[in-house]
Amino acid sequence: MDRSLVTAAVLFGLLLAMPFLLPLIGSAYLSGLIIKAMLLAIAAISLDLLIGHGGMISLGHAAFVGVGAYATAIALENGVDDIFLLLLITLAVTGLTALVSGGLALRTSGLYFLMITLAFGQMIYFTLTSLAAYGGDDGLTLWSLATVFGSNVLQSGNGLYYLVLGTLFATWWGVYRISRSRFGRVLRAARDNPERAEVMGYPVVRFRLIAYLIAAMIAGVSGLLLVQHAEFVSPALATWQRSGDLIVVIVLGGLATRNGAILGAFFIVIVEEVLGSFIHEWRLIYGPLLVLMVLFAKGGISHLLTPKGAKGYAS
Amino acid sequence: MSTTLFLILCLNGLQYGMLLFLIAAGLTLVFGVMGFINLAHGVQYMVGAYLAFAYVQLTGSFMLAVILSLVTALILGLLLEYFIFRHLYNRDHLDQVLATFGIIIFLNELAKVIFGPATLSIAPPEFLSGSIQLTETLRYPIYRFVTIIAGLVVALGLYLTISFTRIGMLIRAGATSAEMVSALGVNIQRLFMIVFGVGAMLAGFAGVIAAPIFAIEPGMGDNILIVAFVVIITGGIGSIGGAFFAALLVGLIDTLGRSLATEILSTIFNPSFANQIGPALASMLIYILMAAILVFRPKGLLPAKGVS
Repeated sequence: MDRSLVTAAVLFGLLLAMPFLLPLIGSAYLSGLIIKAMLLAIAAISLDLLIGHGGMISLGHAAFVGVGAYATAIALENGVDDIFLLLLITLAVTGLTALVSGGLALRTSGLYFLMITLAFGQMIYFTLTSLAAYGGDDGLTLWSLATVFGSNVLQSGNGLYYLVLGTLFATWWGVYRISRSRFGRVLRAARDNPERAEVMGYPVVRFRLIAYLIAAMIAGVSGLLLVQHAEFVSPALATWQRSGDLIVVIVLGGLATRNGAILGAFFIVIVEEVLGSFIHEWRLIYGPLLVLMVLFAKGGISHLLTPKGAKGYAS
Repeated sequence: MSTTLFLILCLNGLQYGMLLFLIAAGLTLVFGVMGFINLAHGVQYMVGAYLAFAYVQLTGSFMLAVILSLVTALILGLLLEYFIFRHLYNRDHLDQVLATFGIIIFLNELAKVIFGPATLSIAPPEFLSGSIQLTETLRYPIYRFVTIIAGLVVALGLYLTISFTRIGMLIRAGATSAEMVSALGVNIQRLFMIVFGVGAMLAGFAGVIAAPIFAIEPGMGDNILIVAFVVIITGGIGSIGGAFFAALLVGLIDTLGRSLATEILSTIFNPSFANQIGPALASMLIYILMAAILVFRPKGLLPAKGVS
């Protein structure tokens, strides 16, 4: 049996059981941390579809988390609080933003694409900071959150936890299915050799744009959940450093692997906590660690968990 | 809107453009010649500013600080090249992004640890601290003039070097085909090192001359790096001339936009609406410019010859 599937089963099993285990340890703090890691994982999985499968290195992905979060927050401020309606709004707004920015950015590829997504991400960031009516630079604290059929079960505690976990599972499963489909194969073919894919009759740009849209919309959903969890939005969600963090997560986890993004997300959150608890200036260690990792260790964590020679479905 | 204010804004825009050019020049050269994406270029600008601050504290002389900062920035650039970047030229872009991202995180934090998170500033040197009378109603700080001139001098120097010297010829050839140049017996490793060192020094120089104008703070290079990307995309990757014109264009549009967008909008829409979207639109202008260039001239305004 596929070992990555076993890893996934153990992972989701643990996450499923966590709300029953945590009270035994007695730590509400830990559950907040796990939600944080899961939210990071959702955005990272979507970015892996872009980078790992599509070969489109975007440095502006966090902007879509910001757009999703702000779409949700602004709708909430204006009295919309049904979660399905909020989801619809978030998907529409992030999808539309991605359609415009992706349509332009995908006129190019490679490093141009990287710089253009970076620039558009920054543009979105500045646009969010200039929303004076919704907090501007300082961000916005929300006094009402999403409800489901008028009930507030999804606003805190286990309801919120399982909402995030459910979304993580759906994203993990959905992106896996997409990557195994004909669509995913074309995407990888275009990653490895765009000319060949084009000559074989696949409209490469259209495939890439669809992947870009899907990835952006998933990132938007993680923004929605982030609002629900933090009860706060700020433009800081959309900074390009956040996009860089997402890339770190998926590369650490292993590109285009089944569980890479989730493992990477948990790894990063744990490293941050552990390093941060030793010294306040943990970034002084984290930065060089990244450089060393790039120079000397490649393949990511999920490769450590798979036996040598057995490759993921990357190639 | 008075003509005086407009003139001042134009001069400020020019000056910002020159700063952008100094940063974008190194970025576009490294990019064009080595195909290397150096996100840490912005942080080298920050390092320049902090070096200037430290050397001014140490020596008390601005001019001495400028020279010492440039030398230190060059050495730092060469060290980074030797220990890290050299090993990344042949790696894929993702590795380059990650490694340079790690350097940014480290240097930003290091600046915070050494100099504290608060913003710092230094005074412009005594003999450049006055302002001159341009017209009857217009006075402009000498220091800002000098930065414009410094930018022009560097631009001219780069243009002459790249067009008429042997090393410039090699740089142009390297941008077209580094392998070919290497096969012809040129030490391409050394060429890369020189280009990288000069790029780092230019970014450091931009930081030094920005230090008396802008606030010195950790992370100050991160945002300007992205504007520099906008500049090199607009100008055409690998093209010094393109970077020069695009930098001026971006500098002017950004400066004028921030001051005038709201005013112009309020002549069309009602004032409260203009006040709301004016600032947002102003901060978007340069990106809209970039998008427009991408649509109509995907290779940039003045694309470098031979770069595919």
